Amino acid sequence: MAGVRPASTDPDALSWYEATARQRVVALADPGTFQEFLPPTERRMSPHLPLFDLPRAFDDGIVVGRAALDGKTVLVAAQEGRFMGGAFGEIHGAKLVGLLRAALALKPAAVLILFDTGGVRLQEANAGETAIAETMRAIVDVRAAGIPVIGLIGGRAGCYGGGGLIAGTCSRLAVSEGGRISVSGPEVIETNKGAEEFDSRDRALVWRTMGGKHRRLIGGADAFCAGSVSAFRKAALDLIGRAPAFDLATLEAEQARLETRLARFGDCRDATDIWARLGVNDPEAVPAMDTRAFDETVSRVREADHEAR
Amino acid sequence: MRLAEILAGLFPQGHSVTVRDGLVTGGGRFADGTLHVVGVDGDTPLGVDGALVLSRAVLDAVRAGDRAPILVVVDSDSQRMSRRDELLGLNECLAHLAKALLLADRSGHPTIGLIYGHSAAGAFIATALATRILAALPGANPSVMDLPSVAKVTKLPLDKLQEMAKSTPVFAPGLDNMVATGAVHVVLDPGKPLDGQIRDLIANLKPGDDRDRLGEERGGRPVARGIGAAVIAQAGRG
Repeated sequence: MAGVRPASTDPDALSWYEATARQRVVALADPGTFQEFLPPTERRMSPHLPLFDLPRAFDDGIVVGRAALDGKTVLVAAQEGRFMGGAFGEIHGAKLVGLLRAALALKPAAVLILFDTGGVRLQEANAGETAIAETMRAIVDVRAAGIPVIGLIGGRAGCYGGGGLIAGTCSRLAVSEGGRISVSGPEVIETNKGAEEFDSRDRALVWRTMGGKHRRLIGGADAFCAGSVSAFRKAALDLIGRAPAFDLATLEAEQARLETRLARFGDCRDATDIWARLGVNDPEAVPAMDTRAFDETVSRVREADHEAR
Repeated sequence: MRLAEILAGLFPQGHSVTVRDGLVTGGGRFADGTLHVVGVDGDTPLGVDGALVLSRAVLDAVRAGDRAPILVVVDSDSQRMSRRDELLGLNECLAHLAKALLLADRSGHPTIGLIYGHSAAGAFIATALATRILAALPGANPSVMDLPSVAKVTKLPLDKLQEMAKSTPVFAPGLDNMVATGAVHVVLDPGKPLDGQIRDLIANLKPGDDRDRLGEERGGRPVARGIGAAVIAQAGRG
């Protein structure tokens, strides 16, 4: 994007959590290489939000395009968590589906999805839900064509609802401390099942149950990043190089991996109980660990790394 | 229509389909071969345990290599909403089930969804919406979220939402709206034999994902197909 000043996109200085979707993409890519498809100048806006008297965005809350990453062509989608919680509406979802379908012909080195979403946009719920299903089918087609699909999760809105299912369909996931991956969000569980089941105001509980460290320790994510854009870039490059195939052997391995998880940890009440069984010496210390200490802890947990996704 | 009636209609010569804890697995003789059946019955929420039971059944069918069709019958609640399910990685388990169904489809097993009751949210995405073609029986009630919950989240008055729901398929719960968006391909005729209708669906399966085209034609998702096509076109220009 012309007009984005280099100072604002220094990948070492830029916080993934604080950055906008467009800043993340520009700073993640090799300098000056990002080309956006259906950019905001085309003003493809939701035809539905005005019915609800809600403001619209020129990009419907998602940035899609092409970039170079270490000289190789990649396709990139980045959700904007600040617009409608990054939720999937009709156009938002269709841009992601179109990008994935384009990958089949373009054969990029990878497709990167920068998740930042609360799930389906309820004002366009049926369109959003259907787009999520289309996205998952398209990801499987792309993976089966030998193209890695890498999810990067560290935004304000987390990766919730159908976004969590899409993340589970990707070849590999990188997550930061601020990233949360879950289907039902804390408020949804509390609203439906009560505060005894899940107290959504207990932020430490939210991070322990859905946060990046827990997901990394149990093998729900493949890399843990410090919060800078450059950390995500490094993780993405690494994960592209070790993406599992999409075939029966991979899914059989995932079946075994997840069944083993349920058998070993199905009676645990809290994430700290699981971490203890995984062999983490001081589970209570995990939430406060810095990236280096956490990486060392992860390196001793066998379940964290696998080919079963 | 109830599951027992559906199974009786599909398998006049009997079947091995069982329902345990709301989870449906089994199969029977169908046309000149076998029809595998997996699914959720009785408005049951789908959690980590159930998702892995169903995915195992699907992967067993793929491993057998018989390329027999797989029918996914659905009368479910939403995903099971609990601390335990999220702690254990519900997103991975539901995605795994969807991937198993998508792999089956790619491996030559026609996958057909049949929604005959309720379904919602993550359970709907991981089952019925992960099939090649989704059929419904009249009276089915798929939704993303019920209107009282939508009212709570959007902070709009329920009576206003109910009024809008009459004319706006894109957000309102219900079968007609899911047909309009293209998520449900076809509504079956309960007055005609079910086995013949399912057999016809299998015989006429088309490659590709045509849900956005259906949504455009039916008016429930007016712009999605065009947006996707525009992205592909711009991506194709060097």
